[in-house]
Amino acid sequence: MKLLVTHHSSYVFEPPTRGVVQSLRLTPSIFDGQSVKHWSVTVEGAEMGASFRDGCGDWVQTVSMLGPVSEMTVLVEGEVHTTDLAGILRGHREHVPPAAYLRSTRATRPDKGLRKLSETTLASFPDASPLEQAHALSAAVSEAIAYRPGETHAHTTAAEALSLGLGVCQDHAHALISVAHAADMPARYVTGYLHSTDDGQAHEASHAWAEIHVSGLGWVGFDPSNQCCPDERYIRLGSGYDAMDAAPIRGIAKGAGDESLQVSVAVQQAAQ
Amino acid sequence: MNTPVLPEFFNEMFDSGGVRSPYRRLEDWTRDMPAELRSLKQSEAESLFRRIGITFAVYGEGGDPDRLIPFDMFPRVFATDEWRKLERGIKQRARALNAFLTDVYGRGEIVRAGRIPERLVYQNEAFEKAVCGFQPPRGVYSQIVGIDIVRTGPDQFFVLEDNCRTPSGVSYMLENREIMMRMFPQLFQENRIAPVEAYPRILRRTLASVAPLKCTGEPKVVILTPGHFNSAYYEHSFLADMMGVELVEGQDLFVEGDFVWMRTTEGPRKVDVIYRRIDDAFLDPLCFRPDSMLGIPGLMNVYRSGGVNIASAPGAGVADDKAVYCYVPEMVRFYLGEEPLLENVPTWQCGKQDDCKYVLDNLADLVVKEVHGSGGYGMLVGPKATKSEIELFADKIREAPENYIAQPTLALSTCPTFVAEGVAPRHVDLRPYCLVGETVELVPGGLTRVALTDGSLVVNSSQGGGVKDTWVMAD
Repeated sequence: MKLLVTHHSSYVFEPPTRGVVQSLRLTPSIFDGQSVKHWSVTVEGAEMGASFRDGCGDWVQTVSMLGPVSEMTVLVEGEVHTTDLAGILRGHREHVPPAAYLRSTRATRPDKGLRKLSETTLASFPDASPLEQAHALSAAVSEAIAYRPGETHAHTTAAEALSLGLGVCQDHAHALISVAHAADMPARYVTGYLHSTDDGQAHEASHAWAEIHVSGLGWVGFDPSNQCCPDERYIRLGSGYDAMDAAPIRGIAKGAGDESLQVSVAVQQAAQ
Repeated sequence: MNTPVLPEFFNEMFDSGGVRSPYRRLEDWTRDMPAELRSLKQSEAESLFRRIGITFAVYGEGGDPDRLIPFDMFPRVFATDEWRKLERGIKQRARALNAFLTDVYGRGEIVRAGRIPERLVYQNEAFEKAVCGFQPPRGVYSQIVGIDIVRTGPDQFFVLEDNCRTPSGVSYMLENREIMMRMFPQLFQENRIAPVEAYPRILRRTLASVAPLKCTGEPKVVILTPGHFNSAYYEHSFLADMMGVELVEGQDLFVEGDFVWMRTTEGPRKVDVIYRRIDDAFLDPLCFRPDSMLGIPGLMNVYRSGGVNIASAPGAGVADDKAVYCYVPEMVRFYLGEEPLLENVPTWQCGKQDDCKYVLDNLADLVVKEVHGSGGYGMLVGPKATKSEIELFADKIREAPENYIAQPTLALSTCPTFVAEGVAPRHVDLRPYCLVGETVELVPGGLTRVALTDGSLVVNSSQGGGVKDTWVMAD
């Protein structure tokens, strides 16, 4: 699928801030399932510096803007051609060993409820292969946490979302990582874009899902929010232990002021 | 008839043949010193320490920051050949620890070879995925390695723990010497004592030698401190002074473009090497704890793209926790193809089922430590503990066995020490500071800590320990 992405993140600082520094992970991953035709990340009036590919294979850029800054817009534009690899992250180069993703964070730490969900799910598939187990865990998370926006917030943990039974893609991804960890399977958080089709399912153009490391296959994506594995509608940006660690934009504005953010993301299919 | 009583502990000054040779001159010195002079000198030393303001806790152990660490005037002495042996062992260990760090953030050969459990490395709290696949300048992760050593006999030295992050206490090594030289100049004329004052110069040279490739010209080195409320702030400012480099806080530095800059009255100045005395978690809110006010936003991105070096490297701590410690001799064999010159203390890992059972059955005879603990806190000294203390500790171990290791109670050597009644043996340990950059260097000396309480084996300043000047006799 040929996908066109336009992604604006507009910040307003009131009063103007003395300066902004951001770390951006806004460039599509390099793997067999997607190829970038063109891509640009621009911030008007800012200096782009310190860029590198990190150990997770993500392209990281640094933006700095000297104050006073009252407005700042990060603009991402590009075209990516995708193919459906059934969620398998084939051909992705990275240095972090999968075992490092057995570590849980505050957001993904399994509590009793998540452990129980993990155990009961896997107990009902006694002869399942690791891949089947991963699918079962993803399905269990979709079932246990209904997709509903507005019920959780940025700092909601997997445990909290499970006991609420409601959440968005971030909560689904955290919960899936958590139940995978409970089963001793490496798992991580993935951010990206999703092209919406009118199929009546829950979609967000800016999206997040989880990857589970399956022996023999490597990293495989699972999207509990849409009850599927990432296919040609998905563009993968980067990964991390959890939403904060994988955030496409992490920034700091100097001084104590109000910061408001408006985001618009459009992912469209290019004309053939 | 007097039967000579064999001491239970190795006394570094006296053995069955009388005074051991490195201490020979000191025998006359103490014998000839009248009690009044001694107490006069002792209070002189204390006022000198107060005047320079060196009152912080050793090794960042916390406690009252204004408390003076007791200084004992009786030096701890090593003979040349004893030191040579130690030096080779320490340097070997510092090289192996750095090779390990380069490996676990690179290809992880030691894990693949099954020489250390994967879990211990990659699930370690101190393992830092942000530096995976990155080679710091000269492949050095830990530029300042503090190795804690105890002695149990004439030739028996054991490593108690490694410190690969930012070992503190070196200002004591320098100040103890300075004060001894001021108070007893005669001693330094009569004895050929190897000097330690080159340490700040070598430290600076070491840090400059690991400047990033993008640095052209004379590398700009700074020390990054969390600020004056930190218990080791004195040491940070002391080292900055001695090295002739700036002491900065996070707010004095900023990231712009590909580099880190320091605010100065003449405008921004590029910084090449940051000797940081703050923990990984606080270095950069864009990479680690988002609420850190002590770090520099964007620092890690500049580091990873080769614009600045950070000493020690973020993630260096994975080499120095007490569970990984058990595998350091293995690192020496694996990376250097040598036999370790310095031995580890035999250690039981409670994370291993058999070990854990042994530890729980023998708590009364063992010293149990938290894997990530330091400063003598969260520790059980079996022989000194009450029954209920032991039971409480056993519960803690059962709850999270992998968080604990246990070691036998060691017969730490003693060194003569001035006490109220005169001179008496007290237990000591040693922390030398090995510098790793273009070269591997060790100044002849270190920090000797002494347990001032009679019979105590705990040398931590937070538990009644003091410090001594450490002499290495020159040839």
